Amino acid sequence: MTDVDITSKTMDGMGPHGTKVGLLRVLGPAHVWALGVGIVLVGEYMGWNFAVGKGGAYAALIACWFAGILYTCVAMIDSEVTSTVASAGGQYTQAKHIIGPLMAFNVGLYLVFAYTMLEAANAITAGYLFSVVASMAGYQAPLDQRPFIILVIMFLAWLNYRGVLATLTFNLVITAFAFIAILVLFLATSGIAGGGIMQHAALFEGHELPYGWIGILAAMHFGLWYYLGIEGTTQAAEEVRSPARALPFGTLAGIMTLLIAATLTWYVSSGVLPWEYLGDGVNGSVAPLFDTARLSGSTALVWLLGFGTLFATLASANGCINDASRAWFAMGRDKYLPGWFGAVHPKYRTPYRSIVFLVPIALIFALGAPLDQVITFSILSGLLGYTFMPLNIILFRRKWPLHSIKRGYEHPFHPVPAITLLTLCGVTFFAVFLGYGTQLVAMIGFYIVVSLWFHFWRYRFVNRGAQFTMPWPKPLGY
Amino acid sequence: MAHYTPPKQGRASQLIDVIVLVILTVGALFVPLWLGLAGAAKSVETPVANPTWETLGQTPAQAAQYEALGYTPEAAHDLILARFDYSFSITALLTMIAVILLYYFLILRFSEVEYREVIAEKFGE
Repeated sequence: MTDVDITSKTMDGMGPHGTKVGLLRVLGPAHVWALGVGIVLVGEYMGWNFAVGKGGAYAALIACWFAGILYTCVAMIDSEVTSTVASAGGQYTQAKHIIGPLMAFNVGLYLVFAYTMLEAANAITAGYLFSVVASMAGYQAPLDQRPFIILVIMFLAWLNYRGVLATLTFNLVITAFAFIAILVLFLATSGIAGGGIMQHAALFEGHELPYGWIGILAAMHFGLWYYLGIEGTTQAAEEVRSPARALPFGTLAGIMTLLIAATLTWYVSSGVLPWEYLGDGVNGSVAPLFDTARLSGSTALVWLLGFGTLFATLASANGCINDASRAWFAMGRDKYLPGWFGAVHPKYRTPYRSIVFLVPIALIFALGAPLDQVITFSILSGLLGYTFMPLNIILFRRKWPLHSIKRGYEHPFHPVPAITLLTLCGVTFFAVFLGYGTQLVAMIGFYIVVSLWFHFWRYRFVNRGAQFTMPWPKPLGY
Repeated sequence: MAHYTPPKQGRASQLIDVIVLVILTVGALFVPLWLGLAGAAKSVETPVANPTWETLGQTPAQAAQYEALGYTPEAAHDLILARFDYSFSITALLTMIAVILLYYFLILRFSEVEYREVIAEKFGE
């Protein structure tokens, strides 16, 4: 055993408390919940419905639940490792300590691209929402969405630049609003409180499984969108007051919240919107919950879900900027990327250079690519990251058995969650292959090229032993 | 293991590294789009002339929702009839599997080499 205890407030192995060595430690479990759910909840407001288009409404529900199992495994595994590796960078830092530098570099890029693409998708949806509101307000000509897309990204980047506490407190409020909006829509339209407008049987008639069993597999691709980003809670590890308690609590509470929200979302949307319209997120329903509210006949619900959609996109984009910049910052600090990115703002204590640098990257994708392609790029990066996690936890338990390091949380039934996660990742790779195989190969080609670039060029600038910063004993087998 | 001292990287070299990464990133998404290989396009195999809700396969309940959304049968024609094509070749599937396995093999192998250096320097040998 080492003389470090992750569950202690004074000897948890983090940077010196109250000093200016690292990022500011001000967050509690509610902020962790808000960061995780805030990033993901937009997945209920837009994007998940592409799963309906891939296989029909029932296929989307099955994908919702299987993806829920996948993410429950992710949350369990992540909670254990992160409650021990409490440092900015999340899975990147985990990979660096458990598997090795090149894996860490790849995982860092998965995180940055998954979140930056998600941020771009959020900005596109916010732009769409502004155009719908303009249309409802009587504006006749088609609204140019680009200024709104730029404004959303710039405003949230500025908020992130100014400080993490204000950023995530803002997220806490708007995420809670967006979640409550889904509950209110469910209560108001399902017949529990007021007249019900659900007609699942009538809308599904003749279209139960339009593509058969392969449609269920194909739906897994966008099934991930219901929950993609919950693993981002680990990015706050260096900024929470009590990592051993706050990170597992916030992450597991987050996945439970999302399982409820995802199922309710499927229920209300598929019970009101025809599946072909619901399943086309480009030409049909860009924002399904908002569209469901529009068909409810209630002006109050339209406004509620309009603001819910807007808040969900803002909360998600906000959290994405937070997470992507932390991962980029952590790689810069270790010289995996140019060290210039590893700077902390002298006043706000935020990774300001990383925040600013990622703004134009998000804008390039938000302004230049269609929504489904941006979402696919994000999902693929996430999927590669989830495939890494089972390998990570198996090696973690092998190199540091339970008795060698005290965990803040130990996930049960190991290795069942790891094997389940790996299997579901395999299924999802096949789902992405059905229709988006070119992107999949292009993306993996990209990661192979940058891996070679890192191994044969970039790694020479990295300190060897100094990058292992956790106060752990020597791993078994080395 | 002897302590490794990395070379100091100049500003110009740092800038080039960033530019390389940005070009590769943008290329990974946009090249398939520019080449028209992005996939996932839906198509209407058998268009219906003078469509009605019945000929589009819609029940009265389904048609009522489309009308509430502001659609006519003509406007909803492509939306309703467009389908994905999920046919694929075994060769393409095996190629994808091989690429994924190659990728993970590559990074795990190189990572292990780098990791042994890290552990050797950190904990001494």
